[in-house]
Amino acid sequence: MSSTVSFPPPAWGNPELSAVEKRTLAAMCARMIPASEEYKVPGADDALIQADIAKSLGRDATAVHNALAQLETIAGGSLADLPIDQQETACATLRAEAGMDLTLLTRIILQCYYRDDRVMISLGMEPRPPFPKGHELPQGDWSLLDPVRARGKIWREA
Amino acid sequence: MTDPVDILIIGSGASGAAFAWSMADTKMRIVCLEQGDWVKPSEYPANGRDWEARRYADSDILPNRRNLPADYPINDANSIMKIATYNAVGGGTVHYAAHFPRLHPSDFRTRSLDGVADDWPIDYRTLEPFFAQNDAIMGVAGLAGDPAYPHHTPPLPPVPLGRSGTRAAEAMNRLGWHWWPSDAAIATVEHDGRAPCINLGQCLPGCAQGAKGSTDITYWPAAIRAGVEVRTNCRVREITVGPDGMATGAIYYDRDGKEVFQPAHVVVMAANGIGTPRLLLNSKSEKFPNGLANSSGLVGRNLMLHPWPVVHGWVDDEMDGQRGPIVSIWSKQFYETDATRDFVRGYMLQFGRGPGPVGEAMSGYEASRIPWGTGHHAAMRRLSQRRFHVGVACDDLPEEHNRITLDPVLTDSHGIPAPRIDYTLSENTRRMMEHGIARATEIMQAAGAHTIACSRTVLNYPGHLLGTARMGTDPATSVVNEWGRSHDVKNLFIIDGSVFVTGGGVNPTSTIQAIALYIADQMKQRLDTLFD
Repeated sequence: MSSTVSFPPPAWGNPELSAVEKRTLAAMCARMIPASEEYKVPGADDALIQADIAKSLGRDATAVHNALAQLETIAGGSLADLPIDQQETACATLRAEAGMDLTLLTRIILQCYYRDDRVMISLGMEPRPPFPKGHELPQGDWSLLDPVRARGKIWREA
Repeated sequence: MTDPVDILIIGSGASGAAFAWSMADTKMRIVCLEQGDWVKPSEYPANGRDWEARRYADSDILPNRRNLPADYPINDANSIMKIATYNAVGGGTVHYAAHFPRLHPSDFRTRSLDGVADDWPIDYRTLEPFFAQNDAIMGVAGLAGDPAYPHHTPPLPPVPLGRSGTRAAEAMNRLGWHWWPSDAAIATVEHDGRAPCINLGQCLPGCAQGAKGSTDITYWPAAIRAGVEVRTNCRVREITVGPDGMATGAIYYDRDGKEVFQPAHVVVMAANGIGTPRLLLNSKSEKFPNGLANSSGLVGRNLMLHPWPVVHGWVDDEMDGQRGPIVSIWSKQFYETDATRDFVRGYMLQFGRGPGPVGEAMSGYEASRIPWGTGHHAAMRRLSQRRFHVGVACDDLPEEHNRITLDPVLTDSHGIPAPRIDYTLSENTRRMMEHGIARATEIMQAAGAHTIACSRTVLNYPGHLLGTARMGTDPATSVVNEWGRSHDVKNLFIIDGSVFVTGGGVNPTSTIQAIALYIADQMKQRLDTLFD
C-alpha cells in the first residue's frame, strides 16, 4: 500500500439529489430566501431555481448531501412535513451547529438564486454575463489629486 | 531523451515569460516547460451567466479548491494564510488583479535604513530601466507624478476612478492623506493589439476581453514568434546534475504521463516562490543531499506572503460593485518607517470596488448582516452594490522559520511531494496590521460608511510568494548571486519571486518581471563568462 496521499482528493460525490433530499432542500430554501411580492422576486424554493441548484452540486456534492442529512436529523424526520415555525427552528439549529458543509450548500443556493433573471432585474442588474457588453465606469474628477500634488514628495531616498 | 537545448525555463508565468522574451534575441534554442495548458479567453467565467459561481469552483484562486489536473496540492494547514497559485501558460498573471506597484527604493535597503532584514545586492535604480521596459510590454495604466515614487510615466491612461474610487479619494482628501490612481496592467485604451478594458469586473478569474496584461497574451506571443518553444502539460519532477556539479537538465512528465529527460546547458527556475523551492528540494543527489543550490540551507526559508487584512465599508449611495476592475487607487501614506509607531516598515492601502450579489450575500450571512427569512431582500438592497474596500498590504519581513518543505505524505498526481507551508505572523507584522486596520476604518468613517467590517483572517488575499531562494553576495546567507545565478550550481538561475530579499508592502509582479528582465540582460552581457 502506498504511503502517500495523491491529489486530487476524493471524488466530489453523487451529483444527484434523492426525492427526499429535494423536498428537504426546497423547504430549507423557502426559509432562507422566501418569495416577496414587495420586491417581485421568487423564493429560493422556486421550481426553476431548485432545478438549477439540483444540477449545480459540482465539487460540493458530498457537502450538500451531508448538510441535508444533518438537517433531517435535526428535524427528527422530514423537514418539509413540519409546520413552518418548526422548520424555522430546525434551520436555525442547523445554522448554529453546521460548519463548512452548510456554508457550501448555502453558496450553491445563492449562486443559483442570484443568477435568476427575475431576481437580477429586481436588484437592478441586467440578466446577462459580463462579456461582451461590459459596464460603464465613470472617469471621475482627476482634479481631486491637486491637494496630493501640493503636499509634494513622500518617498524615502535610499 | 530529447535534443539538448541551450536554455530550459521551468514555468511560464510572470518571470518565465519576460525572461524568455528577452533572451529570444540571442537566437539560442530556448524551451519553457509549463505544467498547465493554454487557457482560452472564451472559457473564462465572464462569458457565462455562472460567472460568480465559477469563482468558487474551477476558477477559484486556491489550487486546493480548484483542483484542476494542472494543479498540485499545497499543505497549508500550518499557515494562517492560504496559498494561491495558477498553473497555465501565463501562470499567476492569468488570475491576478493586475495591480502593478513597484517596490519602493527603501524596500531594497531595510538593513541600512531601519536595521531590519537585509539589504538587497541591487537597488531600485538598477531595476528602473527594466520596470519601464516591462510597463510598456505588459501595458501598464497609471498617472505620472505620484509623489510616493521616483518619477515614472505609465504608458497608458489610468483606470477610471468610478464611483468607488471617487468616494475613497474624497475621504482621503478630507483626512489629508496621500492617494494616487494605481498602476495597473490593464489596457485602458487599445494597446499592442489588445482590446481596451470594458469593465467586465472579472479580472481575477481571467480577462475575457484580453485587456488585462497576463503573459499568455503579452510576452508569450512575441517570444514564440522569435523562436521560443513553450511545451505545455509538462510537469517537472527534478533538476538533474552531472558529476561536475553542473545542472544537466530536467526530468518531467509529459501530457501522457511519460517520463522525459530534457537536457539543457542552462536551467532557469521560474516556478514561483513555492514551486521553485519545491523542485530544488526535490532535486536531491549524492552531491546535493539537501536539495539543489541549498548549501546555505536557505532554499524554502524566509517565505514572505504579504498579510492583507481588509476593511469594508457600505455607504448609502450606489457604488461600482463588481462593475469595473477591482483595482482603483492606492495610498502610500503609511508606507515608510515612522519612528513614532510601534513597528518598523509600513504598508500600502489598496482600494478596491465591491463584490457581486453572491459574494455580498455570502459574507452577509457569515457576519449576520443579512438574515435568513423575510428580512433577506431588504438587507440585500441596502448593501448590494454599495460597498468598497481597503486592503492593508503589510511589509512581511523575512523570517527563516517561515518556510516551505516537502510534505512527507501528500503528493501531486504524479507522485511528486507537495509543498508544506509553515508560516506565522511576527509581532511587528501584527502591530502593522492593527495600525493599518485602524487607519482604514478612519477612511471608511470619513467616506460616510454606515457599516464597517474588517476581515483579519487574510485567507483570501494570498498569492505573493516571495523570498524562498534569496539573492545576495554571500553564499552562506543567500541562494543566488546578485544576477540570479546559483552560488552552488553555475548554470542554474532563479528569476522568480523566490529571489526577493525583502517583500515590501506592494503586489510584487512588476518587480518580479523587472528582475527577470534584469537577469536576462546580465546573462546576455556575460555570455562568454557565464559559468566562471
